[in-house]
Amino acid sequence: MAQNSGSFLGFVHRRRRGAELFLLVLALAVGIGAYAAVGIGVEGEVPADIIGYGGWLAVLVVGCHVVVRFVAPYADPVLLPVVAALNGLGLAVIHRLDLAYEAADKPHGFAQQQLIWMTLGVLLFVATLVLLRDHRVLQRFTYTSGLAAIVLLLLPMLPVIGSTINGARIWIHLGPFSFQPGEIAKVLLVIAFAGYLVLHRDALALAGRRVLFVDLPRGRDLGPILAMWLISLGILVFQRDLGSSLLFFGLFLIMLYVATERPGWLIVGGGLFLAGAFLAYKLFSHVAIRVDVWLQPFDYYDKRGDLSFQPVEAMFGMGWGGLIGRGFGDGSPDRVPYANSDFIVASIGEELGLTAVIAVVLLYGLIVERALRAALVCRDGFGKLVATGLAGVFTIQVFVVIGGVTRLIPLTGLTTPFLSYGGSSLVANWVIIALLLRISDQARRPIPDLSFGDENADVESTQVVKLP
Amino acid sequence: MNKPIRTIAIVCMLMFLALMLNATYLQYYKAGALDKDPRNRRVIAAAFSRERGAILVGRDPVAQSVATDDQYKFQRTYSQPFKYAPLTGWFSYYSQTGIEQSQNDVLSGDDSLLFVTKLVDLLSNDSSKGGSVELTIDPAAQTAAYDGLRSLPGDVQGAVVALEPSTGKILAMVSLPTYDPNRLAEHDFSEAGKAYDELNANESQPLLNRAIQTRLPPGSTFKVVTAAAAIESGNYTADSMVPGGATYQLPLTSGDSGLIDNEGRDCGTSRIPFAQAMENSCNTTFAALANEVGADAMQKQAEAFGFNSRYLEDLGPQAESNFPTDMNEPETGQSGIGQFEVASTPLQMAMVVAGIANGGTVMRPYVVDEVQSPELDVLDKTEPSELSRAVSSSTASELTKLLVATVDDGTAYPAAIPGVVVAGKTGTAQSGIDNVPPYAWFVSFAPADDPQVAVAVMIQKADIPRGEIAGGQLGGPIAKAVMEAVIQ
Repeated sequence: MAQNSGSFLGFVHRRRRGAELFLLVLALAVGIGAYAAVGIGVEGEVPADIIGYGGWLAVLVVGCHVVVRFVAPYADPVLLPVVAALNGLGLAVIHRLDLAYEAADKPHGFAQQQLIWMTLGVLLFVATLVLLRDHRVLQRFTYTSGLAAIVLLLLPMLPVIGSTINGARIWIHLGPFSFQPGEIAKVLLVIAFAGYLVLHRDALALAGRRVLFVDLPRGRDLGPILAMWLISLGILVFQRDLGSSLLFFGLFLIMLYVATERPGWLIVGGGLFLAGAFLAYKLFSHVAIRVDVWLQPFDYYDKRGDLSFQPVEAMFGMGWGGLIGRGFGDGSPDRVPYANSDFIVASIGEELGLTAVIAVVLLYGLIVERALRAALVCRDGFGKLVATGLAGVFTIQVFVVIGGVTRLIPLTGLTTPFLSYGGSSLVANWVIIALLLRISDQARRPIPDLSFGDENADVESTQVVKLP
Repeated sequence: MNKPIRTIAIVCMLMFLALMLNATYLQYYKAGALDKDPRNRRVIAAAFSRERGAILVGRDPVAQSVATDDQYKFQRTYSQPFKYAPLTGWFSYYSQTGIEQSQNDVLSGDDSLLFVTKLVDLLSNDSSKGGSVELTIDPAAQTAAYDGLRSLPGDVQGAVVALEPSTGKILAMVSLPTYDPNRLAEHDFSEAGKAYDELNANESQPLLNRAIQTRLPPGSTFKVVTAAAAIESGNYTADSMVPGGATYQLPLTSGDSGLIDNEGRDCGTSRIPFAQAMENSCNTTFAALANEVGADAMQKQAEAFGFNSRYLEDLGPQAESNFPTDMNEPETGQSGIGQFEVASTPLQMAMVVAGIANGGTVMRPYVVDEVQSPELDVLDKTEPSELSRAVSSSTASELTKLLVATVDDGTAYPAAIPGVVVAGKTGTAQSGIDNVPPYAWFVSFAPADDPQVAVAVMIQKADIPRGEIAGGQLGGPIAKAVMEAVIQ
């Protein structure tokens, strides 16, 4: 104890920043290599701007690494390289689709946009790490975050700046910029849920009445959070964004379960979800059609309004790709509408094959695993909840979008984190990674040495319990 | 809070596992089925950009891919489009038919036979080429059949099929009206689509391969099958006397509706020689014979020749020729002269005479002779195979005698070739539909002592006065021309 009071059960986490740098070099090789492969595959030559592009990517990624080295030296060394690899791969695939769109005289240039968004994302990542030295500070903003999330979710409903794209009213336009405020809202909601639950978890876990086999909490413990949940869910029903609706509900359930340690919540929540899904199927025709198209996609292809054109084309493409893919430039991923955003996994499956799809899923799995690991070793409840919540956001989002594209579950629109074209999503996800790094840095950092080397501290009249 | 976090971790792991398993299912197990979907444009577009193998007749390509400078790199071209369209089919962005469809794996280079070629192409980084398909068609016979059928007046609808009796090789297959597959294979897809819509909407159905897809009552040519059943029963030989007479009242009927006559041909009184009955195509005789052998024996005999089944494996879709089951006596009598619900494709009638020509054994018809690699090495050669033993060899030789007599002294005389013994039979079948003229048929084989070719000619419609439609007059010369083309 005296020798090693800074450790937890005698174990000290190493910083592993060297390992992170090594992995980052591999990640850069993936990103820049993919970009070069696109050039070779589609145009027959290495792109002329490979030095500039690769250099810029390297500056961003190594910049992140340097910042982490200084302000979060104990942070998890795997997260940043995984994210860099995914983002680099996404950029290359978006660039490949740009070339196809350019050849077909359609709007293109998404890759440049995405690179700008990535730069912004990295800047916010750095800002988060630099400004937020202790994640527990965020607990102060529990209600502010909740309120901000609601305002953000409401913004697209406003007449002038809000706009409906593909049936979902989740966009706002400010001058030349368009933004999906829901992406930011999901981070704020995690903070709000965590802040609230960590304070009230005892009440939620212990107080309450037992009705049948379920322990129901007191209304006053549950009121605010149920209200928040209902509001965000309601907004999403009106905005017709099924994916986000599912995401928020699942997130809420996971965090509630982790905070209260009562599996009963999962049963109640699961029941609520099934009831809601059934009601939505019955009440909203667009939901019913989604489900029908999911069950019989080939019946809707080429006929009955061609409703399944997108998913069936994606399946054709992925089947065509097979185990190792067609190679960049030898498939036609541009046949799938929104191939560079929601359906980017289908593009990867077609040209890089099952191998790459599994690699991508494994990378997401790694992110979630590292986030949950941070939650496990984290010493404070708030940090645990935030890390678990962010891991949950990732899992649900990846499951819903990749599952939808590969026809595991009905299709709902969500972006594929770090791969899809889309600024709001990319920026929000970089902030999420910054938060996870901050939590893991706090969790892995050795506990400051509190002992004075005085064997008789316990007998002193004044005892130092904690240093600020 | 660590216990629920661990639980969540397991749930997350299961979800990611489900994603990976599902992706594997989609991209590995289901990939083949997805690629086979005819609506899968990726597969078609890829096939379009590849150098597709040729379809050869003799050593001449009737369909081949020619390099172009547009985005699809190769243009499918058909050198003798109208004559070979029913065989080659077409290869368009939207669909394929005929040999282009049935041999797609070989032509596109995906077939496992071409594995080595593909591997070499992969290693040498060449774009892979498809293999070629050589047909069994005899170009001279095909030309004779095509020219013969086309020389009929008006807008002809009809088909000619010629078989090599000993192997089942299809030597000629012609169908009119026909179309130009070049127009459908065009890279300007809107033009190709327009051409297809036009052809598809055409009342005379030019896209139909009448040789294998049109079933019509075979009329008197079916008497060959009835005669086969009668001789197989053991009660008759070619020299026997058979029932004759000017009229035949179908059993269980009375009055005109059940009365069969011979339209003025001489069929004697009560008993006449079998040869006379065949020569003069006596309806009364064959209706009576059909009832004598019975519905079951008739059905067995027809099915032994291939009725009520599909047997053509390398070209499609094939219509199944029909011989009705569970007939009563009047229906059996009508079926004996190829009426009632008897319906046959021209290929089926060709197989009937080919079976007789081959000593009673019907060979499985086929049209793909060889599959060749892009370097013209033979990868696969179709081996002739027996489809069925329709009649005994003695029955076959008795039938041959009757059919030779029909050419020498009877209605089938237009098919006679000087110096060659020809066996044949005419047919004129009532369409059974008002304002639709009768169908003319002709079947034959030659030389009768050493058969090299069996032919069926079917004329569904031509610009000929109704009264003059007779299988012998219209079909005979065409069959003769085809037989001559093969024999010489």
